[in-house]
Amino acid sequence: MWELRHRGGGGPGPGGEAAAPPREGEAAGGDHETESTSDKETDIDDRYGDLDSRTDSDIPEIPPSLDRTPEILKKALSGLSSRWKNWWIRGILTLTMISLFFLIIYMGSFMLMLLVLSIQVKCFHEIITIGYRVYHSYDLPWFRTLSWYFLLCVNYFFYGETVADYFATFVQREEQLQFLIRYHRFISFALYLAGFCMFVLSLVKKHYRLQFYMFAWTHVTLLITVTQSHLVIQNLFEGMIWFLVPISSVICNDIAAYIFGFFFGRTPLIKLSPKKTWEGFIGGFFSTVIFGFIAAYLLSKYQYFVCPVEYRSDVNSFVTECEPSELFQLQSYSLPPFLKAVLRRESVSMYPFQIHSIALSTFASLIGPFGGFFASGFKRAFKIKDFANTIPGHGGIMDRFDCQYLMATFVHVYITSFIRGPNPSKVLQQLLVLQPEQQLNIYKTLKTHLIEKGILQPTLKTDGCCGQLVSSSKA
Amino acid sequence: MTRLQESESEAKADGETASDSESRVEAATLPPSADDTPEVLNRALSNLSSRWKNWWVRGILTLAMIAFFFIIIYLGPMVLMMIVMCVQIKCFHEIITIGYNVYHSYDLPWFRTLSWYFLLCVNYFFYGETVTDYFFTLVQREEPLRILSKYHRFISFTLYLTGFCMFVLSLVKKHYRLQFYMFGWTHVTLLIVVTQSHLVIHNLFEGMIWFIVPISCVICNDIMAYMFGFFFGRTPLIKLSPKKTWEGFIGGFFATVVFGLLLSYVMSGYRCFVCPVEYNNDTNSFTVDCEPSGLFRLQEYNIPGVIQSIIGWKTVRMYPFQIHSIALSTFASLIGPFGGFFASGFKRAFKIKDFANTIPGHGGIMDRFDCQYLMATFVNVYIASFIRGPNPSKLVQQFLTLRPDQQLHIFNTLKSHLTDKGMLTAATEDK
Repeated sequence: MWELRHRGGGGPGPGGEAAAPPREGEAAGGDHETESTSDKETDIDDRYGDLDSRTDSDIPEIPPSLDRTPEILKKALSGLSSRWKNWWIRGILTLTMISLFFLIIYMGSFMLMLLVLSIQVKCFHEIITIGYRVYHSYDLPWFRTLSWYFLLCVNYFFYGETVADYFATFVQREEQLQFLIRYHRFISFALYLAGFCMFVLSLVKKHYRLQFYMFAWTHVTLLITVTQSHLVIQNLFEGMIWFLVPISSVICNDIAAYIFGFFFGRTPLIKLSPKKTWEGFIGGFFSTVIFGFIAAYLLSKYQYFVCPVEYRSDVNSFVTECEPSELFQLQSYSLPPFLKAVLRRESVSMYPFQIHSIALSTFASLIGPFGGFFASGFKRAFKIKDFANTIPGHGGIMDRFDCQYLMATFVHVYITSFIRGPNPSKVLQQLLVLQPEQQLNIYKTLKTHLIEKGILQPTLKTDGCCGQLVSSSKA
Repeated sequence: MTRLQESESEAKADGETASDSESRVEAATLPPSADDTPEVLNRALSNLSSRWKNWWVRGILTLAMIAFFFIIIYLGPMVLMMIVMCVQIKCFHEIITIGYNVYHSYDLPWFRTLSWYFLLCVNYFFYGETVTDYFFTLVQREEPLRILSKYHRFISFTLYLTGFCMFVLSLVKKHYRLQFYMFGWTHVTLLIVVTQSHLVIHNLFEGMIWFIVPISCVICNDIMAYMFGFFFGRTPLIKLSPKKTWEGFIGGFFATVVFGLLLSYVMSGYRCFVCPVEYNNDTNSFTVDCEPSGLFRLQEYNIPGVIQSIIGWKTVRMYPFQIHSIALSTFASLIGPFGGFFASGFKRAFKIKDFANTIPGHGGIMDRFDCQYLMATFVNVYIASFIRGPNPSKLVQQFLTLRPDQQLHIFNTLKSHLTDKGMLTAATEDK
């Protein structure tokens, strides 16, 4: 039976068979379906069953979207040859994106948060659209609604968890917000369940497999894009420098590896991406470390970048003002002997953060590219050239952000493991939710601890109020 | 011509049911596993007709599983944890095997290794997060454990990353799509199976009653809905599962609520079910010994007038937990079945009859646990939202890791909060 032979995966592709030529606009399994319908009845699920087990070469490409290069650019560059034209378009768009990035940094953390949110929504949209095109499931009942609904639910859950911490004082004031925060998990779970039940009720007889695929596709996409974007926002709240330096390191690595590869590239790096070379990889690594080092030095001076973002209820906006922590205060490091000889200095003063930036840049150059390879493999698997055509010359938003995937998670894990402990406002918020007796117990434990450590001075009772290092208690 | 052919195939497919095409396609793609019914059962029931034989096999295995459940409850929380772990691994194995069968990817390079590796990583991460909380003193004592717990997230992330990089390096030219499918399949399975099993263990640590009552409600709902459907079933419930009926659904709902009330009444009397599980450092074992909380102390409730006239009692003594058990049973009967429908849809989508053939007459472990999916998450969310707040000892631990100025800020805020509430006066502070 045709089914069997094709499921074995080794047989000749449908093109090799003497059947009808591939139909235009027909499903990827189209020409194969011609054979199978003559043999036996299939339902749509079977068609996709074959789609799954055939090898990649049997699957035709997904037709690319329209070219969206703006007309002005095309006219300005009409005189150049095609290769240089492409180079120029990419270059101009790169500079545009970098300027946009600077502009938004200038506008502040709230705009950055909005930007991250829009990028997340766009990435989600791009990946889901690819899923629709791969599976021709654009007309599945309910499915588009359900995908966006799940995106909304998961975002609601994450924003509730993070936002509640940072806006603690603001939230304490409003009664309805209090209710939403207290039962936040329950509400999010109920919302998610509603979507889950809608999915189950929307299962249609001949489309089961397709619907399960899209369900799984949506969930994996949510896992990748939404969680990462929330980790980016948490890094941002730690201090804009924790957002800027990693992202710039990844961008720098991209550009530096490209340039090194362009001039010196000789040995291919990995079969997945034939254009990448070892020379580019190593050159990119060294340049990124140096770039990260310098960027960290420049940014560490400004409170604007270095301070954790806080929400001030009096001015109703985000402020970044603080006493910079030791990480961002210049310290003298004595140089090891061989560097002493080279630089002819005894010691050098730098910010401790620069040492951390070396770790971040190293990750960006060595492991970050794996995110890019993952995305390349994904594009080859589904026979697409770019995720979308949003940015002329560059492809979709996902194409620009593929190497950033792992970076955000790494920075977050790095911060929680090596830099700071748990979030103080979250600890406070949880304390305030406890039962009064528990709060009293904890209060006593904390007081003992603080007195032991000498942070709290036990003195005689005074009439003064709290908030100072000296408090009133009898030892 | 081509359009006509396509519509012809649709028309033919309309006429036949899923089982028809299934029998032809399935026979070619997924050979059923060998029948696992033990020989002794086969011989004992050899003279009955096939339908009754199936009924008896199912019945005997049901009783065997319930008895097994009681035995492990008796053996204590440690054994329960291990059983949950084994069930999780078996469910993961079953779903991954289905994936291999669907995609014929059994021979993909590295993939079997990678799937088990990811399972290990995710379990390591979750166990590390929970174990650190409950075994805090033990962990702080031992030096290697302390370092492992301090940098736990970093270590878990590194382990996961290694797997991710291995996956990328293992991509083989003509099998990209297949490999990505298996990668996605593995991750969705981990999401479903591993997270739920850890929530089950969280619930267990809250008190064994939070583990036993929900699971029993789901099992009771399964059995009751089956019985009501068997005797009274007439109106089909949902196209996905043609055997389910509205009569079974509603009957099962009421029966489960009553069962939940009775069961929680019986269990709330015993400390070993009601107390949170704690790890005792001196005896190096788990203990369940405490003063039962307000939830598990008998209280008088006034019966509303309506029921007063029926029952003839003015008040009734119940445990507050029984009210919560109504919520749990309601969820188990109304929403739990959606988990079952989801699994049925999944089986139809991939043209399999059962997840595996581990339990004779019942199918695989997943078949038994499909309705439990959502229950564990619901119970966990319910506990976190309505029963207990955050864990006080965990908060103290987190507090101790903060910077001194942050500690002082929190201390002062707490102090003003308590003073506002009137809990803290100058007198109490002096004590």
